[in-house]
Amino acid sequence: MRVVENLNQALHEVLAGDPRAFLLGEDLLDPYGGAFKATRGLSTRFPAQVLTTPISESAITGVGAGLALCGDTAIVEIMFSDFVTLAFDQIVNFAAKSVSMYGSRVPMRLIVRLPTGGGRGYGPTHSQSLQKHFIGVPGLDVYEMSPLHDNRAVFAEMIAAERPCVFFEDKILYTKRMHEVDDLFTWDLTGGLARVHVDTPPDCVIIAPGGVAHRALAAMRRLLLEQEIVCTLLVPSRLHPLDAAPLVAVAREAKAVVVAEESTAGGTWGAEVAHALHRELWGVLRNPVALAHSADSIIPTASHLERAVLLTETTVYDTVLESLK
Amino acid sequence: MTTDLDRLLLIRHFERALLDLFAKGELNGTTHTCLGQEIVPVAVAPLLGPRDHVFSNHRGHGHYLARFDDPAGLLAEIMGREGAVCDGVGGSQHILREGYLSTGVQGESLPVAAGAALHLRGSGALACAYIGDGTWGEGAVYEALNLAALWSLPLLVVVEHNGIAQTTPTAMAMSGNIGMRCAAFGVRHVALPAGDIASIRAVLTPLVASVRDGSPLVVEFSVNRLGPHSKGDDTRSGVSDLWDWYREMSDLPGFAEADTRALDLVESVVRDVKARPLSTWGQGSSDPRLLHGAKP
Repeated sequence: MRVVENLNQALHEVLAGDPRAFLLGEDLLDPYGGAFKATRGLSTRFPAQVLTTPISESAITGVGAGLALCGDTAIVEIMFSDFVTLAFDQIVNFAAKSVSMYGSRVPMRLIVRLPTGGGRGYGPTHSQSLQKHFIGVPGLDVYEMSPLHDNRAVFAEMIAAERPCVFFEDKILYTKRMHEVDDLFTWDLTGGLARVHVDTPPDCVIIAPGGVAHRALAAMRRLLLEQEIVCTLLVPSRLHPLDAAPLVAVAREAKAVVVAEESTAGGTWGAEVAHALHRELWGVLRNPVALAHSADSIIPTASHLERAVLLTETTVYDTVLESLK
Repeated sequence: MTTDLDRLLLIRHFERALLDLFAKGELNGTTHTCLGQEIVPVAVAPLLGPRDHVFSNHRGHGHYLARFDDPAGLLAEIMGREGAVCDGVGGSQHILREGYLSTGVQGESLPVAAGAALHLRGSGALACAYIGDGTWGEGAVYEALNLAALWSLPLLVVVEHNGIAQTTPTAMAMSGNIGMRCAAFGVRHVALPAGDIASIRAVLTPLVASVRDGSPLVVEFSVNRLGPHSKGDDTRSGVSDLWDWYREMSDLPGFAEADTRALDLVESVVRDVKARPLSTWGQGSSDPRLLHGAKP
């Protein structure tokens, strides 16, 4: 099953399970079914729960927050995550704050879905990975779609938490297969953390969100075959707040730790993860946690230029080698 | 029985007391009083039912006191004392209780109110959002008006047009006018003076009834903001010459007695609240789920 089909199933389950669950976004209706087809079939099956909207990211996120405030479940799709900046006020100043600024906890089931990332030649305003701008907002959970995490379980978890969530979906993942892992490795899933590994203690632990999992796996394969370097990959579903304890437990045993993500340089999620690990493992780690990310640049359109900016399998490979020197 | 005059006077003396407390250094932060604008929420309040959701803004004390007979809870919220509506966390601008929410960013509440109206659509209840003339500078207002008309939402927008946004006169900030902007979205608009309460209600009663059936409405009141934007930072001259219902009504029979009653009430509330211990975060007297309880 492709990741987009699994995501589509998850959305079907949410709407089928609760007649007061709504999905809002631009161009969601069948037969088009959304720009990336994640919402295909939903408007036909749940016509009263799926609302196609004008190009109004701020308002549709606010409407979602209003529904959530009234006890409904609202899922808002922003067609490209780049446009979530238009809804930043509603997410940061309204939804996330409303959870706690009225003294007692206000439960809000609001999920903002964000098709994300580059590699498709869409250029500087349709290719970004803006996760870092949502890290550390009190009351807001940041999730990222992963080929190792069943979206049905992830959506159930986000809804059960009753806190506003942003859910980043790397667009490259949509057409990949779920749970497809290189046969050199085995994988398991514990409490929202996916681990891909071989039966040997790792030289290096790579921590990456779901969108980067395939690039990390490709680097791991080359490192094993070409350099005999053993890596373990850890993929958390929730990027923030980060549950550092299981990362710390694995990182403790390794010679090096690399955090890989597609974000451009500066103020990254990886820097936050590195800080959490340094705090716990200062004096235990042999080297500082290394960060792998895209360049400090806008994301160009032409394929050869885009490749030069974005995090690739080679970026991860090189960063692991460097950190083990 | 509490009359309209009692409510007007309660709000007036409550706001005066806040400015007095500020002057004495007894309030933390800032506060935006609605001096001169009291008629709007007092006129509108009885047109709203318990299942309606009110969205208020930074200048919301009048909206709150017209809906809830709770000056002590509001003052405790503003002063961070025990019995505060939201434990003193939200303060003057951020209050949530049954069917009522205020928040402090201009224009932000209108899409949220549209969402609440979507939730309420078909139930006979409505969402009512108070905004100012300055709020019309925000794009979120237009996105929300578009949705309200497009989706036939039971959304009532009450505009308190006081002619000035902080220190900027409307003429320096708004081209065209609010009525034309509403017309562009096919949203009904009615302009009223914030004068005689009975006349206001006579006009609004049938209109508000139609909002409940999914026909959104913008009601624009012309009001005078008699006080400063916040605390004591007024930049205007000639404020004391502005029309004021308080001066206008002061000759009415029973006014002096009602005025004394309201003043005494506010003074006793101030004494009571000042003597209370500080509020504790997590002990709110409000139940945040009450908005859910207002489900159709």
